Amino acid sequence: MLDTLRTLLLTFLHGFHRRATVQYPEQQPYLPPRYRGRIILSRDPDGGERCVACNLCAVACPVDCISLQKTERDGRWYPDYFRINFSRCIFCGFCEEACPTYAIQLTPDFEMGEYARPNLVYEKEDLLISGTGKYPGYSFHHVAGVPIPGKDRGASEHERAPIDLHSLLP
Amino acid sequence: MTPLPLAPIVLTPLVVLALATVLTWVERRLLGLWQDRYGPNRVGPGGMFQAVADGIKLLFKQDWVPPFADRGVFVLAPAIGMMTVLLSFAVIPLAAGGIAGNLNVGLLFILAMMGLGVYAVVLAGWASDSKYALLGGMRAAAQMISYEVFMALSLLGVVMVAGSFSLRDIVAAQSGLWFIIPQGLGFVVFLLAGIAETHRLPFDLPEGENELGAGFHTEYSGMKFGMFFIAEYAGIVLVSALATTLYLGGGNGLLLPAPVWFALKTGVIVAFFILLRAGLPRPRYDQLMGLGWKVLLPLSLLNVLATGTVMMLRAS
Repeated sequence: MLDTLRTLLLTFLHGFHRRATVQYPEQQPYLPPRYRGRIILSRDPDGGERCVACNLCAVACPVDCISLQKTERDGRWYPDYFRINFSRCIFCGFCEEACPTYAIQLTPDFEMGEYARPNLVYEKEDLLISGTGKYPGYSFHHVAGVPIPGKDRGASEHERAPIDLHSLLP
Repeated sequence: MTPLPLAPIVLTPLVVLALATVLTWVERRLLGLWQDRYGPNRVGPGGMFQAVADGIKLLFKQDWVPPFADRGVFVLAPAIGMMTVLLSFAVIPLAAGGIAGNLNVGLLFILAMMGLGVYAVVLAGWASDSKYALLGGMRAAAQMISYEVFMALSLLGVVMVAGSFSLRDIVAAQSGLWFIIPQGLGFVVFLLAGIAETHRLPFDLPEGENELGAGFHTEYSGMKFGMFFIAEYAGIVLVSALATTLYLGGGNGLLLPAPVWFALKTGVIVAFFILLRAGLPRPRYDQLMGLGWKVLLPLSLLNVLATGTVMMLRAS
């Protein structure tokens, strides 16, 4: 009986504690920066798209919700269309881990509710943002060896110019 | 033949039903307070219209009687439950003696109504023709009948000290000292028996919200379920009002008028009921029955014996 009374006293004292409820939507919950929420496609610091349509994210996805098609302009690959079906996406982050150019990223935003299921299929114009996302200052094309307009072969960072085979100079 | 007091007759059931409805909201808010969360706080200021919203929802629900159920008894059971509780309020001296507060067998009348209240649960469980409901109904019957025994015995102590079964006389006899002092053991036994009668936690195996589907009201939906629900809360108010009348002096008290004191004391006991629900786990069925028959019954008999002995020694 006595420990029953003690239980009741402790329960009563809980009435003086602060309540643990977060009054959504007036108060937003704390989301850490690496929270795996809404997926975006980011851009270079120069403004071009980062995505090179390598398909690694579509291959890595466990539920096959990414669909894309490569096309090319001036030697620079980019996706013709890029579609993510968010009714299938499980927000695991495998695509972000697989991407070699830091193009596809998961952001701390979960408010993606829709009334009609077809509205959950996001196209490239819904996914592409105008900034660099979580990784500022990284440009894949500046460190890779692929020649694009404005940068020849051998002009990347940490890369030497190609050796002239027909010259005898060291 | 004295004319019937029309105002209390009309007002009392309405006030009781309104109170029971408000009590659902109060309970949810208080449970939230003691569980480190808010209760309903969206519908209206402080969530007060949650009960109204729930009532509207229940009214609009499809009123479905299971095809395998005994239709007449199925519909009758919640009505019996509500009727016995509302009738019991007739003899409680609320503000000005209530409807029949001076009935010379008032306490016996309430005990009789509580006995009839068992029928509501048993008939609901039986008429539902469903395993979970039947189990819930049978458990409820056993629990309520056994706890009624020592409720009556604990009340015997009060009757002996007050010398009357009439509730108004009992309140009048407490103008010097509240009966909780000489009858402390009886108060505890009565309160536990009252919790079991209204099948509240920790004695709510008949409903068994986490077990047995929903107990005896598994097959009920819509306003019939609403009636059971409101009858349960009205029962809580009834037991609290009874405890106030019998042990805490009814409306007696300094400064404030009698109805205010009555409301305050009843409110404290109702809050205690809700605190029990917030804090205590549910015992197993055999532990519950064992507690009743092996602990509370001897205690209530002891109470009657001790009261009788003291009264005889005083009289000699």
